[in-house]
Amino acid sequence: MAVIIESLLVQLFQMTMILALAPLLTGLVRKVKARLQRRRGPPLIQPYRDLRRLLGKEVVLADNASWLFRVAPYIIFAVTWVAAALIPTFATGLLFSWSGDLIAIAALLGSARFVQALAALDIGTSFGGIGSSRDLMIASLAEPAMVMIVFSVALIAGSTQLSTIAEHLLDSHVGLRVSLALALVALVIVALAENARIPVDNPATHLELTMVHEAMVLEYSGRHLAMIDLAAFLKLLLYVSMIGCIFVPFGMVHGSARPLAYAIGGAAWLAKLAVAGVLLGIFEMSIAKMRVFRVPNFLGAALMLGLLGVLLLFVSRGM
Amino acid sequence: MTGFVLSCVLGLLILAITGCVTARTRLGRPLVYGGSLVLTLLILGAGLAAIAAPPDSLTLPLGLPWIGVHVRVDALSAAFLILTGLGGAGASLYAIGYGRHEHEPQRVLPFYPAFLAGMVLVILAADAFTFLFAWELMSLSSWALVLAQPAQAANTRAAFVYLVMAVFSGLTLLLAFGLLAGPDGAYTFDAMRIAQPGPGLAALVFVLALIGAGSKSGLVPLHVWLPLAHPAAPSHVSALMSGVMTKVAIYGFIRIVFGLLHMPTWWGATLVLGLGGITAVLGVLHAIMERDLKRLLAYSTVENIGIIFIGIGLALAFQTNGITSGAALALTAALFHALNHTVFKSLLFFGAGSVLNATGERDLERLGGLIHRMPRTAFAVLIGCVAISALPPLNGFVSEWMTFQAILLRPEMPQWGLKLMIPVDGALLALAATLAAACFVRAFGIGFLGRPRSPQAAQAHEVDRWSVTAMLIFAALCLLGGIFPGVVIDLLSPVTQSLLLARMPDQLADAWLTIVPVAASRSSYNGLLVFFFIAASTWMAVLAVHRFASRSIRRGPAWDCGFPDPSPQTQYTAASFAQPIRRVFGAMVFETRETVDMPAPGDTRPASITKTSHDLVWESLYAPIAWLVGAIADWMNVLQFLTIRRYLGFVFFALVFLLLTLTLWQ
Repeated sequence: MAVIIESLLVQLFQMTMILALAPLLTGLVRKVKARLQRRRGPPLIQPYRDLRRLLGKEVVLADNASWLFRVAPYIIFAVTWVAAALIPTFATGLLFSWSGDLIAIAALLGSARFVQALAALDIGTSFGGIGSSRDLMIASLAEPAMVMIVFSVALIAGSTQLSTIAEHLLDSHVGLRVSLALALVALVIVALAENARIPVDNPATHLELTMVHEAMVLEYSGRHLAMIDLAAFLKLLLYVSMIGCIFVPFGMVHGSARPLAYAIGGAAWLAKLAVAGVLLGIFEMSIAKMRVFRVPNFLGAALMLGLLGVLLLFVSRGM
Repeated sequence: MTGFVLSCVLGLLILAITGCVTARTRLGRPLVYGGSLVLTLLILGAGLAAIAAPPDSLTLPLGLPWIGVHVRVDALSAAFLILTGLGGAGASLYAIGYGRHEHEPQRVLPFYPAFLAGMVLVILAADAFTFLFAWELMSLSSWALVLAQPAQAANTRAAFVYLVMAVFSGLTLLLAFGLLAGPDGAYTFDAMRIAQPGPGLAALVFVLALIGAGSKSGLVPLHVWLPLAHPAAPSHVSALMSGVMTKVAIYGFIRIVFGLLHMPTWWGATLVLGLGGITAVLGVLHAIMERDLKRLLAYSTVENIGIIFIGIGLALAFQTNGITSGAALALTAALFHALNHTVFKSLLFFGAGSVLNATGERDLERLGGLIHRMPRTAFAVLIGCVAISALPPLNGFVSEWMTFQAILLRPEMPQWGLKLMIPVDGALLALAATLAAACFVRAFGIGFLGRPRSPQAAQAHEVDRWSVTAMLIFAALCLLGGIFPGVVIDLLSPVTQSLLLARMPDQLADAWLTIVPVAASRSSYNGLLVFFFIAASTWMAVLAVHRFASRSIRRGPAWDCGFPDPSPQTQYTAASFAQPIRRVFGAMVFETRETVDMPAPGDTRPASITKTSHDLVWESLYAPIAWLVGAIADWMNVLQFLTIRRYLGFVFFALVFLLLTLTLWQ
């Protein structure tokens, strides 16, 4: 019983932590970008302030908005949060980690995108439509690439459960694998696309013809917008944690552990987030945004890299 | 049990005759559809009861005197009886209300129960003659239903193409059974199971069965009739054709390949996997470009058939290499997806029929805003769209997830064809699933959301209670299948046990109703918990925000970057929504070209954009065949205008030729 309560507490702690830290990560990326542009930039906690401000404001709803438009922000938030909760951040083998594997996590993010794309079409404005259709075009290449990455990792670890994968990569000497390297490159590309970062999309733009994610949420305001923003923060944290969990699983707690191990795991996770945030900021500053129809080439590369990795694994078995 | 199902079939045939008599009266519709509802529910119950029971055979003194009619209910038949009963019951319930809008009920009522009877009889048949008879009954009655609205020229063309393809499929199956029966004419399935053909003949039978079942279920490149014929029929019949009849064809394939022919080959598995993958992607790409709602759904059926064939191909691949547990997993995934597809595709066709009733439109570009005027239909269709896009926590995701697990199960296949084809199929399946999500965002978003694009859509009204009930029940089934997948998997385990002598691990024994296809350390998924987590977090978020933050709302005009345009024409259209995807994938698959004609400054000529796209399968395969047949027909035309003397001469020479051949042969 004590074991169950302990693991339940760890699970709840993780769910709270990802929710609490997600805005901070986005704040960090913004800060790094601002410093690189020789601006002082908003403080790290600005995203929290934005959320509080948005939550307190009234919602201005378009006249013809349906119930779907009002429910969507909450569903998008909840689905993203559930997906994020399934990722091992500082410890593997959490209480509910078996309720969904890596494929399910990718599909849950697909559900969130589905709802968001529908909500964008609900008001019947052309911006909603342009965002929705371009987002799905991007997803139509990013998601198969994601599945290919899952395949590569799952074939190496013999499992699609993220906890098992992390433990496998941590314990056994997998060494340097070509497939893993290809999967890492592909996963970074997919993460950039899924989080609407430069060079695929610009999170700071409001220039009509270049927005994708921002065009989809153009009609949202007040608490609805706050939920969608929070979901976007969560998604960034989710991808960073996922890359960390698969490719740099060092420091993660697994098996039965003492409080000290949890402290080390937590510190390692925070360090990973900080490094990823800084790297993302630097990367975004050093590259220009692509034209929309260059994006398929970029993502197609990710898909092909992923497929190549999987083919290598299939071909190298049993020889 | 077999006798009970047979009497249900008899009941359906009696209903067909009743339909002939009462079609023009007021009583006809409730009688035929109500009767079909009861009988299909009985068939559903019989299937549920028979799936775990031992096989039950019956021989009737009908049909050809030296064969008789053999019928048999085993686990595989029972699984498909469940599927047919479910789809048939839903369509009948829906049609009690929907059929009210039928202009010429005498063209539908007699054939509808006969169509159901044909499908059930195919599943029951245990000899080649009964199977083919039932197959043709199914084809011809559905052909008559495709022709139910002959006023539109497109429908008659659809019916013609359908008839040609149906005859072709019957012919190939006839040849397959002929080869299986051998020179002694052992037409019963029991005899075929014992007498195995040699490897060469077995290969031929496999290919013929693939062509025969593939052309009935819509496997690329034999799919061309499907998007023409399925939408032409009344919507409840479209639901049956897409949701059930294609599965009956798949039943035929599984029956021949796993039941009668025990010789799986790696090249056969590779062929099925290759065709399945291509079918899935090509079908959904067609669907995403389509603006006619029912044709879109029909193309999406092609996609799902591809997914089912991927599962079957994987099962064949595992069986070839003696990995029976893997074969059980893959076949269960295929059957589960078949069942899921029956549920959500029927639901979506019901929705399309309701939209057609309410607005008179099937064209997405003339719909919009229906979520306000048809709230219940919109809700049910939304559930169907999420389910068919393979998104958790609904049922479509579970079967595709199982297919992925089967792909990942054994990378160390000894054959190179499988080594390459299985991962490629994984990529194609993932691509098809994402494109399906895009396709159904488009279908629902353009059709039901936004502002009405035509006066008809603006004046739509909710449909009758029968139709709404049918849709809501099927929507609930989509959810139940997604959160209790273990029930379905365990239900299907006798099928793999009888065909492959292996089954998936017992799922209901796992804690918290988790599904574990192989081992807990390998992969597990719990739809119930995922659904519960999503519902709980949504509820918590709503509660917290409304309690601790603001809850005020103000309605106002849309923002739209400050320049909202009141005209609904400024919304994104179905064509513009598909444009990015058409640009990315279409150039290769459909040879789409866009030419923009932009006049020089000062020129007052209007600018224009021209799009061209090609259906390469039709143009490179069917058009030449059609031309060849036409040319031969023209050339043979002279034979029609000869004298009686010459005809008699032909008969004489033909007789001499045949006799000579016969003598020389021996």
